[in-house]
Amino acid sequence: MSTPAALRDWLITETPSSRRQAAWGRRYRLWCDFRRNPLAIGGLATVVLLIVLCLAAPLLATHDPGQQTLTNRLAAPSAEHWLGTDELGRDVYSRLLYGGRVTLGMVVAVVLLVAPLGLAVGCIAGYFGGLADRVLMRVTDVFLAFPRLILALAFVAAIKPGITSAIAAIALTAWPPYARLARAETMTVRNTDYIAAVRLTGASPWRIILRHVTPMCTQSLIVRVTLDMSSIILTAASLGFLGMGAQPPSPEWGTMIATARRFILTEWWVPLVPAIAIFVASLAFNLLGDGLRDVLDPKQR
Amino acid sequence: MTSRLRSAASVAASVPITLFGLVLVTFLIGRVMPIDPVIAIVGDHAAPDVIAETRAELGLDEPLPMQFVIYVGKLLQGDLGRSVMTSHTVAHDIGQFFPATIELATVAIIIAMLIGVPLGVLAAVRQGSFTDRAIRVFCLAGHSVPIFLLAMLSLLIFYAKLGWAPGTGRIDVAFDGLIDPVTGFLTVDALIAGDWDAFRDAVAHLVQPAGVLAYFSMAYIARMTRAFMLDALAGEYVITARAKGLSSARVIWRHAFGNIAVRLITVLTLTYASLLEGAVVTETVFSWPGLGQYLTVSLLNADMNAVLGATLVVGMIYLALNLMADMLYRLLDPRVA
Repeated sequence: MSTPAALRDWLITETPSSRRQAAWGRRYRLWCDFRRNPLAIGGLATVVLLIVLCLAAPLLATHDPGQQTLTNRLAAPSAEHWLGTDELGRDVYSRLLYGGRVTLGMVVAVVLLVAPLGLAVGCIAGYFGGLADRVLMRVTDVFLAFPRLILALAFVAAIKPGITSAIAAIALTAWPPYARLARAETMTVRNTDYIAAVRLTGASPWRIILRHVTPMCTQSLIVRVTLDMSSIILTAASLGFLGMGAQPPSPEWGTMIATARRFILTEWWVPLVPAIAIFVASLAFNLLGDGLRDVLDPKQR
Repeated sequence: MTSRLRSAASVAASVPITLFGLVLVTFLIGRVMPIDPVIAIVGDHAAPDVIAETRAELGLDEPLPMQFVIYVGKLLQGDLGRSVMTSHTVAHDIGQFFPATIELATVAIIIAMLIGVPLGVLAAVRQGSFTDRAIRVFCLAGHSVPIFLLAMLSLLIFYAKLGWAPGTGRIDVAFDGLIDPVTGFLTVDALIAGDWDAFRDAVAHLVQPAGVLAYFSMAYIARMTRAFMLDALAGEYVITARAKGLSSARVIWRHAFGNIAVRLITVLTLTYASLLEGAVVTETVFSWPGLGQYLTVSLLNADMNAVLGATLVVGMIYLALNLMADMLYRLLDPRVA
């Protein structure tokens, strides 16, 4: 198992000798499928690159993102300021790196809140059925009845504009599709023989849901999360853009555009740079999600 | 037919419950806000008895469930409260601003349909080819692009650099207030008034925001068209039609496309609903005086009656369009039993 060739043989064997080997073998085969799609690989590479850039922001930044130089406002890109400076003379390149932490951090926070919540609601509704199902799905319908951005806007306005309320607001509007998805998956496995077998051994409903139903939903959930990332990024950025997300002087990408928007006809690079960053991040997640769907969920193509 | 009517009726029956939920959610959002609506009206320095009086007048001294009953009662009479900012009733304001949004969204969906449907069909017919891949990337980009990026780029290129398009707003100041608002749609009103210059100017102002909004929804329309067409083209009746020697165009458009038309109507209806959302950002960039801009300006001024009224109206229209899509599908497509 020391050489790559031996490792590969171990992975693609037709007769795995352990559960672990079978699981890794399956993952390897999925990766081989995934690898054949250049667009998806491009998306994956961009996502990894963005994450590295944001994590290494303190090392890569050329300036302090908050440092103002009012004598050097709205400067064009130059050797000193790679992407120019904004309306307060702050270095756009450094702010972009630090802003990525805020924007992508918000997205990660939303996903961490939403995916388990949607999964839980969907699995419970799907497994128990009956009244629980009807009540939970009715609640889901109510939240689906609002356009996402508009409900988030109203919610943020009611509490207080800021990062935390933006995360809460986006999470509040983002969970229903996950619940629907998890419910549909649960209904398909609920009446299978293996679940009946687990039930006969005396497992409690909660154990069945946690150990035997949720794992069956994770694959489609992963695809959904990746594809959803881009719409969460866009919602977060739109909130910032409308002045309802992260507040200045935070270098959140949407907020950066909001404060620089009035220079679009003159110093156009100041608002355009963060807007392009949002586009790149959102496109990368969409390409990655599209590739993942082809591999993990071929019937959805 | 009766079974289909029954399934449509069961969908319709769920609407009142969802609608009630919608009203409850907006009501609750309005009650969690940290800004005291009484202080917002009478100001910080009002005397305590004035504050108490206003509070009673607004019904805010009642317990929460009672307040909800009052709120619903007012809603049923079409009373959404008064906007602090415009000092008109919210219902009146929405009536003023909404036609602009509908005009924008309608033109956008027509553009999106005219481009998106043929693209989707083309991609399906040439499945796996370079054309298919190019269309796929083009659509993914439309799905990923922040609408404000497109809007700003469009303003920068077509207005500032090339000078081809007029700037922001709905119509040039020269025509402002000269057109009699009959329908609220400026293009239609200009035609009714017979003012061709105003009509041309209104259309010119409409092209940019509608085009930006259209790209956003075109992506979804093209993607769904492609998926439906792939499905239809694999059908045996298509193979039969080809075997009979019918022309390729006839097979594609009459046989395959004819079969997906109903499902496409559903997609178009859903897309129209999502345009309402995109309109919020687009209207802000282009200073388009529609419901989206009304909403954002009210937000920035913490004018909660206006925010909640607009949110509720948009939610209701969204719900109605979703219901319509569902109904059309159930009633028109004979395959849905």
